[in-house]
Formats: sequence, structure tokens, C-alpha cells
Amino acid sequence: MPDLHPAAARAGPLSAGGRGTYPRSLLEREPSLGLLLMLPGTLLLVIFMAYPFFLGLWLSLTDSMIGHAGRFVGLLNFVNLINDSIFRQTARNTFIYALVTVPFKLVLGLGLALVLNTRIPFRNAIRAGVLMPFIVPTALSSLGWLMLFDPIFSPFSWLLKHWGLITRNINFLGTPVLAIVSVMIANIWRGTPFFAITILAGLQAVPAELHDAAAIDGAGAWQRFWNVTVPIILGVMLVSTLFSIIMTFADFQLIYVLTKGGPANETHIFGTYAYQIGLSATAIGQGAAIALYMFPVLAALAILLLRYLRREVA
Amino acid sequence: MVGSASMGRRILTVYVPLALFLVFLLLPFYWMIVVSLKPPTDLFNLRFNPFFIQHFTLKNYRYLFQETAFVVWAKNTLVVSVAATALALSCSVLIGYALARLRFPGGSAMGVGIFLAYLVPPTLLFLPLAQVVAGLHLYNTYWALIFTYPTFLIPFGSWLLMGYFRTIPREIEECALIDGSSRLGTLFKIVLPLSLPGILSAAIFSFTLSWNEFLYALIFMSSGPLKTIPVGTVSDLIKADVLFWGPLMASALLGSVPIAVIYTFFVDHYVSGLTAGAVKG
Repeated sequence: MPDLHPAAARAGPLSAGGRGTYPRSLLEREPSLGLLLMLPGTLLLVIFMAYPFFLGLWLSLTDSMIGHAGRFVGLLNFVNLINDSIFRQTARNTFIYALVTVPFKLVLGLGLALVLNTRIPFRNAIRAGVLMPFIVPTALSSLGWLMLFDPIFSPFSWLLKHWGLITRNINFLGTPVLAIVSVMIANIWRGTPFFAITILAGLQAVPAELHDAAAIDGAGAWQRFWNVTVPIILGVMLVSTLFSIIMTFADFQLIYVLTKGGPANETHIFGTYAYQIGLSATAIGQGAAIALYMFPVLAALAILLLRYLRREVA
Repeated sequence: MVGSASMGRRILTVYVPLALFLVFLLLPFYWMIVVSLKPPTDLFNLRFNPFFIQHFTLKNYRYLFQETAFVVWAKNTLVVSVAATALALSCSVLIGYALARLRFPGGSAMGVGIFLAYLVPPTLLFLPLAQVVAGLHLYNTYWALIFTYPTFLIPFGSWLLMGYFRTIPREIEECALIDGSSRLGTLFKIVLPLSLPGILSAAIFSFTLSWNEFLYALIFMSSGPLKTIPVGTVSDLIKADVLFWGPLMASALLGSVPIAVIYTFFVDHYVSGLTAGAVKG
């Protein structure tokens, strides 16, 4: 059996099963077995992901309402949206929401990772505790923020009044500008641990000898950070950042729980506005168009991520 | 004092930032615990410091269990999370193995497709998906979530397991094949037992993603008796009545506890799931 020579076997995938030595049934030949194993999962992804995607493309080109199949209207939905001031506000909000929170999450996450990477007491307990905002259900933890920002019960208002800095409660979620700042704070709270934990994993890959060598060469802590640590964790930070932009850009639940897009659409983002138009107002064709406006940005980010990771793997 | 300069420096660069992080990241949980353990009437009393409990009570939790459908929501969430995780994990094992080990037509393209599927957020698809789910008459059934959650669980699980399977030396499988084992036999008898840590990571991560999911559950389950904890809490417990804050916070906390417990026990698996999914792709 010449093709079972170790070198030959390593060079290609396991091809030993063929060559007539073993039964060449569907389950033994690589091409058929491979496709067969892909089948169940791919079937689910096709029915509940790929097909809805194309259905969404079609819906966005119709005037469908929920329960009424619509007529083809071409790009009318997309054109109407550009002329819709609420949609323009929504687009602006979404970019602000993603582009402001992600740098904060990155910097705070990096800081937290650096702190957690030092020798501190109760390190494991602290590491477990600070990751909680990211792992518990966001819809539920957002309820905590809902009360922290409540116009009557907010403890922030209580504290500021207690210190004599304000006389009347602050309506965090009901005031323009303040509302989006508030939801962004909640988002930063939720996302910071994600960056911290991924960057921490990267930091632990930095060999201690490198630091020691740099220290012997006279590099200060700051220099070691920039010249030893940063180059090694740069990849992790880049991937986490792209990933976080995608997830923040396409967020829904935090805003749904805190403001439902209000006050006066000040905090609507694509996800919540698509929900409001497509489901609450039953204009599913229009709603599908709103969601699809996210697609070019998401696709560009996905391609960036894919290219970077492929280069890494190769 | 000896070494006080470096100690002072350490306090400034490590302990002060750490304290600030802890306050910021844990404050909402602390607040939820405090509110859930005090009588709702105490919330109105402005003489009380809202950060502390003046009169301890479990009334809010009793209310949650006796007067709301919380127990039903918990059961629904558990059923859906376990079933979706089992279904997705089964598919992911097969896909992960095929992508890691087998050469077949379209294999690498399918690998890229699975990775891209991982990056598709639910908000992009939920409107047409709602039509698909309605067309299949799955609204307000467990199947609505059991079939749709794998759309984000399978890409993640396949990717994670593919990476894990690749770390298992081929030679072990080759020996078994020479000894007459079938391909599927080597997968189930040799590769899977060696991959248990990876499978555990995928299972834990899938379970928490299912437990935490909100948008699909909100759309597909909110008009029936099969609400999950996040949906039931957000849509049934928020009332104009301010006396609901106590039970609301109690429900939000209890709904998070299973995830917090699982995570605490399996933190390393969780982290490796997170980093495999998010960092290595």
C-alpha cells in the first residue's frame, strides 16, 4: 500500500480509504462524505438564512404589508427612505452610535486587560466579575440601566441632588442628545469586557522574555508597551474592533429596551427603525429596505475581516 | 517607607483604575440587587439613601414566582436553549470535521460561506425571516427558535470545532483507518472523544447565546405563552405602575443567574469559545 506511506499521507488529506482497498461507499469517499456531512447544517442555513436574505431583497423592492403580498415597485422604498427625515436621522444615529462607542470600548478594554494582566489579588474572581456585563442577557441588564436612567428613581440624579449640584431630576432618556449619550454609556459598559477579554488573551501570548530583554536593553515601561506589547496584540485589537463595529452597527436590544428609538427618534438606529416600520407599522417591504441599507457597511467590514484573517492563516 | 515610591506608583497605575473599572462594570448589578431586595414603597422615600437596603425583603421574588409567569418563561428558555444547542452542535460537529479533514468539491468556498454567515447580524434578516417562520406555521412554537437559533450557532460552532479538530494529529486517525475503521467510525470513536474540551466550549457558548437571544424570541414568541425570560420580563413586567421595579429587577437578575453560574464554572472554556469565535475567526 504505497499511498499509506506517512509522507504521502501527510501531503494530502486522508485518501487511504479509496484505491479499492476499502469499500468505496458514499460514506468512505471524501467528496461524497464531505458533502454529506455539510448537508444538515447547510440545509438549516439555507432555509433560515440564505433564503430569507433573498426574500428580503425581493420584499425591499415591493410595497408589501404584513399579510398582503405587495407589487413590485422597483427602488421606490430606497428612494423614499432617503427623503425621509427620520431615516436620515436613524442613519446618522447609527454611525454616531457605532463610531463613538467602539473607540471607547477599545481603549477601556485595553486598559482593563493591562490591569488584569498584572499580579493582583483575587485575579480570577475579578476577571470573572468584570466580564459579567458581556455575558448576561443584554435585554435584562439593560433593565438595570433603564432604572439607573429613570427620570424619577435614577440614583445619579439622587446623588447630584444630594451634593447640591442640581435641583431637579435629570431625564436621561427623555432629553435629546442626553438620550443617545446615555444609551452609548450602556453600550460601552456592555462591550468593554469583550475587548478586555480578547486583548487579555492576546497579552498572555506576549513572551515574558521579550519584556525582560527589552528591560535589560534599557527600555522603560512605556517603550516596552509600545514596542513589545502593542505589535503582538495589534492583530487581536484589529479583529475585535471590526467585529465590534459590526455588532454595534447592527444592535437592537439595548436601544429597544432603553428608549425604543425615542425621544423624537433621537436614538433610532437601523435595527430599531426597521422593527418599528416593518413590524409595528406592518410595512414589511419598507422595513426590509431599512435593514438592507446596513448591508454595504456590513459587507465591507466582513470583507476586511476575512482578508485579514486569511492573511493570518496563510 | 521602603519601596513606597513603587508602591504608590502601583496604586496609581493598577489599583485606582481597577477600582474605577469595578465600580463602572458592577454598578448596574449592585443596583439591581439592592432594588430587588427592598420593599417598593421604600423607593419613594427620599430620606433613604437609594444605594442601600433599609428594610430587607424577599417580597419581590415571592411576587415574581407567584403572580407572574416567570417559572414558565424559565422553562421555555431552558427547553429552547438546550434543543437549539443540541441541534446546532450536531450540525457543527459534522461541518467542522468535513472542513478540517476532508477534501470535497466546494469545500473551501463553503468554509468562507460559513465564516461570512457568522458575521450576519439578526437585525439584517429578521423581517423576511418572520415571513418564513409564519409561512411554516412555526409562530409561537418552540420550533420557531430551535430552527432559527442555529443560524448564528452553527457558523460559530463549526468554526470553533474546525480549529479544534485540526489540532488532533492525523496519524491517530490513519492508524484506525488502516485497522479497518470507517470514516464515520474514526470521527465518533477517535476524534470526538479527543475533542471534548472544544465541544464543551462550543456547547457552553451556544447555550448562553441561545439563553440571551432577544430579537427573534421577541418577534416569534411574544403573542403566546412560550415567551423566554428576556422577552417575558421586558414585555410583561414593564408596567406604567412604578411598583413594578422590584419584581422587574428580581426577574432580570434571576434570568441572568444561570448564565453567570455556568460562566463561573467554565470560565476558561467560555473564554476560549469567545476568543476562538471572535479572534481567530
